[in-house]
Amino acid sequence: MALFRYPRPLPSEITPRDMYLSRRSLIGGAAALGAVSATADAETLQTHPGPYSGNLTPTPHEDVTHYNNFYEFGMGKADPATQSQAFHPLPWTLEITGLVRRPVRLDVEQLLRSPAIEERIYRMRCVEAWSMVIPWDGIPLAMLLKDADPDPRATHVAFESIVRPSEMPGQNEALSGIQWPYVEGLRLDEAMNPLTLLALGIYGETLPNQTGAPLRLVVPWKYGFKGIKSIQRIRLLDHEPPTTWNRLAPDEYGFYANVNPQVDHPRWSQATERVIGAHSLFGATRQPTLMFNGYGEQVADLYRGMDLRKNF
Amino acid sequence: MSPHSTHAVPGVSGILKRHWRLVLYPVGMIPAVWLVWQGQHGALGADPVNVFERSLGLWAFRFLLACLALAPLRRFTGLNLLRYRRLTGLLAFFYASLHLLAYVGLDHGFDWSVLWVDITHRYFIILGMSALVLLIPLALTSNALSMRLLRRRWKFLHRLIYPAAILAGIHFFLSFKTLNSVSAPYLAALALILLSRFLPRSRTGNGI
Repeated sequence: MALFRYPRPLPSEITPRDMYLSRRSLIGGAAALGAVSATADAETLQTHPGPYSGNLTPTPHEDVTHYNNFYEFGMGKADPATQSQAFHPLPWTLEITGLVRRPVRLDVEQLLRSPAIEERIYRMRCVEAWSMVIPWDGIPLAMLLKDADPDPRATHVAFESIVRPSEMPGQNEALSGIQWPYVEGLRLDEAMNPLTLLALGIYGETLPNQTGAPLRLVVPWKYGFKGIKSIQRIRLLDHEPPTTWNRLAPDEYGFYANVNPQVDHPRWSQATERVIGAHSLFGATRQPTLMFNGYGEQVADLYRGMDLRKNF
Repeated sequence: MSPHSTHAVPGVSGILKRHWRLVLYPVGMIPAVWLVWQGQHGALGADPVNVFERSLGLWAFRFLLACLALAPLRRFTGLNLLRYRRLTGLLAFFYASLHLLAYVGLDHGFDWSVLWVDITHRYFIILGMSALVLLIPLALTSNALSMRLLRRRWKFLHRLIYPAAILAGIHFFLSFKTLNSVSAPYLAALALILLSRFLPRSRTGNGI
């Protein structure tokens, strides 16, 4: 495995801390007035730089938190940020069950204080052909799965999100045909790969509701929809579990969903991607999409001998 | 037929009445100008090209629906706005052309290798492209001279707007990952307009 230097992003690329703080004091002030739920407030995490971050410049905080898909809060890219205020991510219990010798129930408030939390700056490639660079803070999933001690029969990992229509307006949208909860899955070896992260924060702070509070999956070599948000239950299985987008459109979204510039989506090319963060209509850029989103060195072995056109 | 079309009405309102096109065409282009202005001032958000491209497509579809709605509107309510058919139709064509230009130029940077695969392989793109192609002869013959020259054939030719609208509707539906409360009202409107063609002529309908 390649040895990765750990280049920090340029200080100029990161939104200054006091700018956040002043923004948060605004939110706090509003919360005091009862306008915004206090749970929307982000808290600083104890985190330290981890491996695999490469030489990447993070997308601005504002874009990462105000342009994303989280259909539980609506279908527009701005909906998650504007319609997730009523969501209460804490208290939260994460269950790891199924084919494990030691089923685990984790108090996420404790997990948020774990010294194992590290920063991973990853590329994020959406299946819709846009991309970002996100500084996550989290714990390698493998670490938690090992604690649960997987049974040798286990081959796959199933993830399940939450159903709370009273706090998640998108779950009342009957037209979409999405069955809640959102479910995702990985092969066990994919889940155990050191890149696979259970993220608890971004930019050194707890996840805002719209990005999957209080904890979510990050699998940087796969399309973003594999990164299931607000996870309640992880189950180890001896078969491939169903996944939400595959259930909705099996010809468009496969179980694997590895980033692959050679395998196009039926409706658009996956060869290139729009880089998020330019903001100017005529200054926006496109860049070539990398095989496995640039993480081939770490994950290509997982798929040796597989037809990735068939297993898309 | 219409009293105001033959003799002059003095004053500003008279000028407006006779030259409403001069006013309404620019008005119809306000959304395009507004989108470009927003795009240049960073007001289209984190993915401006995508928002720009989709918004232009949506405006094209809106004007297409407005154009199609005028005949049933007169039939079922008696309100005669048929004189705006050319205006709305041409604006639909204008926005569809800008939508195409945004897709080809802004989104894909005139990368013909990518565009060629899109146009030849992807039903989503082929549907939208076909809708625009069907609108071209309609835009070209949307003048009084063509109407005179083509006579009966003009009416027949302009029925192409129906297949164009159906193709555009499917293209619009496919531009979202699932059906949703944004796209559903437009699709319902299209379905209603198309179905209204098949409703039997009502005897109580007035003959304006």
